[in-house]
Amino acid sequence: MDLSYSPEERAFEQEVRDFLKTSLPDHIAAAVRAGGDLTGDMLQEWHRILSAKGWLATTWPKEYGGPGWTPVQRHIFEVECNRFHAPRIVPFGLAMLGPVIQTFGNERQKKDVLPGILSAEDWWCQGYSEPGAGSDLASLKTRADREGDHYVINGQKTWTTLGQFANKIFCLVRTKFDCKPQEGISFVLVDLDTPGIEMRPIRLIEGGYEVNEVFFTDVRVPVENLVGEENQGWTIAKFLLTHERTNIAGVGSSMQALEEVKALARRVRRNGRPLIQDPLFAARIAQVEIDLEAMKITNLRMLFQAQKQGHPGPETSILKIKGTVINQELRDLARRALGPSAAPFPGAVTDGNLALSPPDTAKNAARYFNNRKTSIFGGSNEIQRNILTKTMLEL
Amino acid sequence: MNFDLTEDRQMLADTLNRYLADQYGMETRNAVAYEAPFHDPAKWSAMTDLGIAGALVPEEQGGFGGAGFDITVVFEALGKALCPEPFLGTLMAARLLGAAGADMETLVSGETRYAVGLGEIDAAYDLDNIATTAAASGDGYVLNGRKSAVYGGQDADLILVLANLDGVPAIFSVAAKEANVVDYGMIDGGGAAEVLLEDAPATLLLADASTAVQDAVNAGRLALCAEAVGAMETTYEVLVDYLKTRKQFGRPIGTFQVLQHRTVDLLTEIEQARSITINAAASLGEDDATLKIAMAKNLIGRAARLVAEEAIQMHGGIAMTWEYSVSHYGKRLIMLDAQLGDTDQCLSEVMQSYAA
Ligand SMILES: Cc1cc2nc3c(=O)[nH]c(=O)nc-3n(C[C@H](O)[C@H](O)[C@H](O)COP(=O)(O)OP(=O)(O)OC[C@H]3O[C@@H](n4cnc5c(N)ncnc54)[C@H](O)[C@@H]3O)c2cc1C
Repeated sequence: MDLSYSPEERAFEQEVRDFLKTSLPDHIAAAVRAGGDLTGDMLQEWHRILSAKGWLATTWPKEYGGPGWTPVQRHIFEVECNRFHAPRIVPFGLAMLGPVIQTFGNERQKKDVLPGILSAEDWWCQGYSEPGAGSDLASLKTRADREGDHYVINGQKTWTTLGQFANKIFCLVRTKFDCKPQEGISFVLVDLDTPGIEMRPIRLIEGGYEVNEVFFTDVRVPVENLVGEENQGWTIAKFLLTHERTNIAGVGSSMQALEEVKALARRVRRNGRPLIQDPLFAARIAQVEIDLEAMKITNLRMLFQAQKQGHPGPETSILKIKGTVINQELRDLARRALGPSAAPFPGAVTDGNLALSPPDTAKNAARYFNNRKTSIFGGSNEIQRNILTKTMLEL
Repeated sequence: MNFDLTEDRQMLADTLNRYLADQYGMETRNAVAYEAPFHDPAKWSAMTDLGIAGALVPEEQGGFGGAGFDITVVFEALGKALCPEPFLGTLMAARLLGAAGADMETLVSGETRYAVGLGEIDAAYDLDNIATTAAASGDGYVLNGRKSAVYGGQDADLILVLANLDGVPAIFSVAAKEANVVDYGMIDGGGAAEVLLEDAPATLLLADASTAVQDAVNAGRLALCAEAVGAMETTYEVLVDYLKTRKQFGRPIGTFQVLQHRTVDLLTEIEQARSITINAAASLGEDDATLKIAMAKNLIGRAARLVAEEAIQMHGGIAMTWEYSVSHYGKRLIMLDAQLGDTDQCLSEVMQSYAA
């Protein structure tokens, strides 16, 4: 065992820092620091910068244009990106659809789909969940009926993250009915400008807009947009979900959040001293820091394991559960540190000059509430526990 | 011992619950709570006409209540409906005005809306550390400083302000129009203000105000505890209902044992929260009020967080949406911890009692 970075890894870390220092636009970093209301343009701009550098598809194999990084390099990149307030890479094309096409797509699809993801030309969103099919995804009802060389899609998807910026959506649709639900699902690619698609915003708990409902009425999609075989969609869906969980631990984001909480607790005064000197509050910070210290290693261990096996295993559910809880706890501390100053509702301050708290902390309560989503989406933490029960306990 | 409400209080609870159910449903509430002035003056008047302000004031001071259990009855009902009307300020002002022997006719009638400014940015809960000062000027006084998170301050007529006069904490009355009041809405609905005082003219209400301020904080904390109990009850009801009706994997999600046990944990914590609030209400005005109420606010802070986070989690995505009531209950339950002393503050106050 050796936990230290090699000279090459140190050099890589320096290279990443130098790149971020010179290439991450100030206005984008500032928006991330202020709590992350990024426009689609900002995200796209950052994707293009990474793409030009060849650092966008960090998990892709070299043959498909990935940088061929080791788990340690990916860890370093993630940590540094968070430290410099780079936006999170939108995962739907890169972390989800990319591996699906590489594994299940035909040669034409590889040629048609992968370059658009790699260059950040295309913005994909994920059409899995439906109002009646969340945890029980296999019960989905959106149907695709074959008519000549087209599928005709009818139904509704929901919770479609950042769909408002996307031009494409990959969907799970039902193509067979007289069978077990899992056996009648197919995976299709859909252009969002196809007639018959309507997108409606969903407002979230903290007031923000990042998810949508998507309605499909007689949407005609060419049959060649089917990925893999007809009715093979469930296998693909499960494959994709394990990929969705790589990097789910959010170690880099939590490390940055921890630094922010400490900085905030040094700045806020309570009971006549900096809050960080309050033994109760300091204990709260220390508790999370200890958990995070372990999580860094757990995450790396599992990344190494995945590299050896060639794919992530069910243990990634551990990363999802513990990683989200650590991150949520840190968001709780940031809100808690501000006390009553966390209350102003960003959209409802009638005087824009109100400097109630430093601008970079104005959204701490909103972020705390928004982050409750992380233990719900991507397979809720309850579902992750079910997966671990099934795969690890051998009861 | 007797754990029943008196007939009068039961009637008050029924009246208020009925009014809120009829007039302050969730849709109305959300339309009011997040738009300036972050409450509805017409509804405020209607509610004071029902006697809500009077219920917070003792009989000898012109009201018909003012005891711990009057306060909990009112605020539990407000919490159940997530009502954003600024009665917390009314209650705390009534305690201060009562201590000063001041007239409360327009407070009881609802004609004058009061807010109370105690905490500051660098002294959110620890009022010994406030920096606002008062100085004599002509017949009256002028105040300098900044009061933070003045609940209801966005639409108050009079603001009662804590300021040091020759190093001694005192309470002054400031006309809202004489101060620079910066309004804002809160993430959990309702309004507050930053009150910036620059030689703001003020009337002295209470010269040596420590005891009265502690009593006002105690009453305010008690009210927040009761409000949380009400909000937790509604949240719990909505959750249990959802567990029965939402189906996944061909069965109601409430049939999953892991959700059953966690919901039972919520039930347990809500019972505990109710008990400690009763305990606190009985202590108001007694010698041990400060300790008993700090205990209550600590337990409530923990229980409210658990209920909010677990109710959202066990609903899944739906409770992450603005449209669904639990998101708003969740926000209120979390944010009320930061009012008048949070979980840690109240815990350390309990710990300090061991040293005394
Ligand atoms: C902000 C946000 C963004 C999202 N983005 C996307 C997206 O881009 N694309 C997409 O397709 N989907 C997306 N989702 C949907 C997400 O994947 C679902 O919300 C999630 O799968 C849970 O489904 P549900 O909300 O229907 O909850 P339900 O499945 O109804 O679950 C309700 C509760 O029951 C629990 N439960 C369910 N089954 C069991 C069981 N067997 N045992 C124990 N407990 C159980 C759940 O854990 C949860 O606590 C997003 C969701 C949110 C909130």
